[in-house]
Amino acid sequence: MSKPLLQVRDLVQKIGSQEILKGMNLDIYAGETLVLLGKSGGGKSVFLRHLIGLMHPVSGNIFFEGEDITKLKERQLEPVRRKIGMLFQDGALFDSMNVFDNVAFPLRERGERNPAVIQQKVEESLARVNMRGHEKKMPVNLSGGMRKRVALARAIISPPNVILYDEPTAGLDPIVSDSINKLIRRLQAELHVTSVVVTHDMVSCNHIADRVALLNEGRIYFTGSTEDLRTSSDPTIRDFVDGRSGETIY
Amino acid sequence: MPLIGFFSTLSISMLSFLGQVAMLSGETIASIFCGRIRPRLVIQQIAEIGFRSQLVVIVTGAFTGAVFTAQAYFQFASLNMETAVGPVVALSMFRELGPVLTGVMVAGRVGAAMSAEIGTMKVSQQIDALRALAVNPVDYLVVPRALAMFVSMPFLVVECVGCGILASYYVGVNILNISGVYFLANTQKFADSSDIIMALVKGFFFAGIIVFISCREGLGAKDGAVGVGRATTQTVVNCSLAILIVNFFLTMALNIIFPAGQG
Repeated sequence: MSKPLLQVRDLVQKIGSQEILKGMNLDIYAGETLVLLGKSGGGKSVFLRHLIGLMHPVSGNIFFEGEDITKLKERQLEPVRRKIGMLFQDGALFDSMNVFDNVAFPLRERGERNPAVIQQKVEESLARVNMRGHEKKMPVNLSGGMRKRVALARAIISPPNVILYDEPTAGLDPIVSDSINKLIRRLQAELHVTSVVVTHDMVSCNHIADRVALLNEGRIYFTGSTEDLRTSSDPTIRDFVDGRSGETIY
Repeated sequence: MPLIGFFSTLSISMLSFLGQVAMLSGETIASIFCGRIRPRLVIQQIAEIGFRSQLVVIVTGAFTGAVFTAQAYFQFASLNMETAVGPVVALSMFRELGPVLTGVMVAGRVGAAMSAEIGTMKVSQQIDALRALAVNPVDYLVVPRALAMFVSMPFLVVECVGCGILASYYVGVNILNISGVYFLANTQKFADSSDIIMALVKGFFFAGIIVFISCREGLGAKDGAVGVGRATTQTVVNCSLAILIVNFFLTMALNIIFPAGQG
């Protein structure tokens, strides 16, 4: 197997007095789609934010292309962030800009001034996520699924090496969720990016994952294929896959 | 003992806040000198801060000048010193009232809006999105606002003072029947360029206070809508207090450079 693109070593994070990540280890390989499963509030999104340097760990290291990004300062992280795109849970679109300006934002910030080039790239990016024709709309007028699509168009307009998805199907109906799953798969095929998807949606996981990791009690409890996950007899994994809370109704 | 604990906690949190404001100021100034300036955003902010604050500043200056003239006249008239009203109002407007009232009004109008806008961006992950897109939030959000504030505030102070003196003249001469010639002659005699410089210097300092406190409060907002509301309130309170406190020290310092009554 090739050398991992992202290596996470003994990652520890605390929020207040609560230890969220308790020495997490994970390897992510170039070109794969890794789905990170785990309970709500289990630290999946916190982990994802570490991969792009939005949070710094209490201890531990994250190596991206061999460089330890946990040691980098805010401005030193900018070159790393140009190679990593992130889709936030609610899209995090800039609500003072319309769809076109949101998607064009990374291009303009990277020095592109030619309106024709910007127009063409924005149209291409919006077409990839099936959002052509919505350029003039403001984020407040978009549905949850549309916001996520536009945020994805913004993340891929300067094609990154890695895309991080934070709960891409959370709060969406099954049909829109399916279209987002297919979109993730299609982008994977077209752009050949490495994808890290944080979710607790098993349907989404089965649809998009090349490899699955299960985060439990602040550590990676399991890594393997979706088939390995489905056929596992481990009680913790079975509870998660079958959606059992272990609570009794009286 | 609980009282000591309360005051030590208060001191620590105040020092921590001042440290954060100082660090943000330092980072912003470094960004400006490194040329990380977005001219389009600076112009947008000048329109928002400078142009759209004019009405508030004009009304504040004019009515302060008018009421101060009336009060001064009522006192001075009994001493037959009506013609001293002009210079008293002009000097007060230049040296104290103009800059301070402009600062407080701009803090209420612009500072609160800045804090609310940046705070909302913070709690809705838009600032994280900026960072994830390799854009430094200080460069993108704070630098344009700081530059716009430093450019706009001196003009707003001059506008406030000018309207205050004009209103004073109108009330003094047309309503209270003070001699217009003496009013103008005495005002020109006692107010000089050092008073204008003092007003501009204070305006410049107050610009820094408003922009850095507002942006710091916004960038530090947390806990959703409640947190944004808290940050906005804190901005107005902290800016107003800081302006009043700093004004005292500026007055003492500037009075050494430009002594009052030496014109």
